[in-house]
Amino acid sequence: MLEIKNLQVKLEEEDKQILKGVDLTVEAGKVHAIMGPNGSGKSTLSYVLAGRDGYEVTGGSASLLGEDILDMDPEARAAAGMFLAFQYPVEIPGVGNMTFMRTAVNAQRKARGEEEMSSAEFLKVVRARAKDLQIDAEMLKRPVNVGFSGGEKKRNEILQMAMLEPKLCILDETDSGLDVDAMKLVAQGVNALRSPDRAFLVITHYQRLLDHIAPDVVHIMSAGRIVKSGGPDLALEVEKNGYGDILKESA
Amino acid sequence: MAVAKPASPAASRLDGLTRPPGGGWLGAARDAALSRLQGMGLPAPRDEYWRFTRPADLNAAAPAPAAPVESAEAEALYDGTDRLRLVFRDGAFDAEASDALTGEGLEIARLAEAGGTDIHWAADLYGALEADGQSPVPRPFAALNTAHATDGVLIRATAAVSRPVEIVYLHEDAASDPILHHVIRVEEGASLTLLETGTVGARCNTAMEVDVASHGAFHHIRDQGRAHARRTNTHAFARLGGASVFKSFTLSLNGALTRNEHVVAFTGNDATAHVACAAIGDGRQAPMHHDDTVFITHDAVNCESRQVFKKVLKNGAVGVFQGKILVKRGAQKTDGYQISQALLLDDDSQFLAKPELEIYADDVACSHGSTTGAIDEDMLFYLRARGVPERRATDLLVLAFLAETLEEIGDEAIAESLRQRLSTWLDRHAG
Ligand SMILES: Nc1ncnc2c1ncn2[C@@H]1O[C@H](COP(=O)(O)OP(=O)(O)OP(=O)(O)O)[C@@H](O)[C@H]1O
Ligand SMILES: [Mg+2]
Repeated sequence: MLEIKNLQVKLEEEDKQILKGVDLTVEAGKVHAIMGPNGSGKSTLSYVLAGRDGYEVTGGSASLLGEDILDMDPEARAAAGMFLAFQYPVEIPGVGNMTFMRTAVNAQRKARGEEEMSSAEFLKVVRARAKDLQIDAEMLKRPVNVGFSGGEKKRNEILQMAMLEPKLCILDETDSGLDVDAMKLVAQGVNALRSPDRAFLVITHYQRLLDHIAPDVVHIMSAGRIVKSGGPDLALEVEKNGYGDILKESA
Repeated sequence: MAVAKPASPAASRLDGLTRPPGGGWLGAARDAALSRLQGMGLPAPRDEYWRFTRPADLNAAAPAPAAPVESAEAEALYDGTDRLRLVFRDGAFDAEASDALTGEGLEIARLAEAGGTDIHWAADLYGALEADGQSPVPRPFAALNTAHATDGVLIRATAAVSRPVEIVYLHEDAASDPILHHVIRVEEGASLTLLETGTVGARCNTAMEVDVASHGAFHHIRDQGRAHARRTNTHAFARLGGASVFKSFTLSLNGALTRNEHVVAFTGNDATAHVACAAIGDGRQAPMHHDDTVFITHDAVNCESRQVFKKVLKNGAVGVFQGKILVKRGAQKTDGYQISQALLLDDDSQFLAKPELEIYADDVACSHGSTTGAIDEDMLFYLRARGVPERRATDLLVLAFLAETLEEIGDEAIAESLRQRLSTWLDRHAG
């Protein structure tokens, strides 16, 4: 599904290397988690995969379903199946949430040569998925993320993911800012989408989310590299002892 | 204000004009306007009020040619809305294309036929609000208009008129140079919606005087067309009685020169005036210059004024905003809000703004702001990361930027027609 080889990334504006050779393979049907100290490069990795400006790839490669993605526009990556649930979802005043989602769904379908969704069909689907995530009709009508609480923004990300049905879902700290019930909703949303031809890359600081979304593999990122990978137990170890020992042994 | 000497190019604008026929009160009002005009002269390039917009094209004896583009569009814009239509073809009234000059709660007459008649309410207004609006800043083209307008409509609303009146402008002659003057009187407790649609002429000078009596309401929705080479010069003068409402929205696409002036005076307490404009221009095919000049005078208690002006500019298009809120001594509880913003889609375009507040009352809430910005990169990336192509994402953000102006339109069907028109423009000017 996702294959990252020795990926090296620096900031475009500054001479600052952030990713220093990331190797990561995520197979279809699997859930991988990435943990790691603040500033280790987790969000940067997710942005670079989604195609955000401001970074310069100085080495390595990344491919999605066998296709090299690093030269593609963000919209092309999205159409190819990439989805990033943002750590900080963006507010867009003046653009209705519904209009936004329908435009996105149909733009992707069009790019893939599929038939566009009719308004009626879209409305039906979005209402059902929103209900599952306990997002009320009022929130669908409001401008994208404007005036949403932190938790509402995160649920809105998961709603978009459910509507777009991507192949690779990267969740960047989707659990931060969520109350216990919202966490369960988000986890249910993720689990409902789990399928043999879809993969997840879940960036998180806490075991709590992983209690609900059982990961197959856990990676530890530090200073721009994946320094350790293991099973679900690795997350429990981090929860218990922090990163100290792991970083020491990998140094 | 520099007085134009007869030898200056400015004088040629006047030389080319002959006095329209019609005596009586109209003749007297024209004489008065002409002497006002002679007293102030036409704007000179160094005039402070014309610092950002060169008056040369408006001063010239003849208009630069402007190819017509969109007559059919102007006619079809509000197809879903029942309305009374009055059609001017390059400034000439087209009786055949127009509806009968009659409607429930309405008295309608044509300026061209009004001179010999005894339409008291129009006689009292014609040139009067314009004359009031000449101070403290002279507006020579408005005086010129009062003196030389060949036609226009005089509309009096005596009840709550549900069917909008639409003045449709058809532009077919690349050298037309119409001067039209409309007078609107909304009686106590009455209401009227007036639509103005289309490019008036290759070059035009239009003026509107609107007198809203107490508890009356006037809604004005204007689409100025999209002819590239048009030179459009408009004035709207409004006088607002107690607890009255005045709302004016303008959509302006393209235009080599557009100068829209609004002069609003609150004379009764508790009244509301909203003035909004969405202007969008692409300088690639032809130059685009759009100027909004507004002067709001609060001379009554507890009135609310709101101005929302937004411009989207690209490929060297130029936007200008001059807006002043004057709160006179005693105009307590004034609520004045003014925002003027430009979204520049590239580095070639520019926005020049001069917002001003002048306040002589102590118990008021006035705010104003002016910003110039580019498309927000984070928003753009968010949309693209969801699969929305860059161009479409940019269009969405442009429409979002302009949305606050369109919200000033009360009628949703009309607002939707104009939103549609904006989208079509964006499609046409992709990339
Ligand atoms: N645009 C930028 N300008 C300057 N520094 C940046 C920029 N983007 C990332 N960085 C730096 O790169 C490093 C990695 O940041 P990143 O956001 O990827 O970390 P993270 O692992 O997601 O951290 P957190 O757990 O706090 O979310 C940090 O030191 C950060 O300050
Ligand atoms: Mg992060």
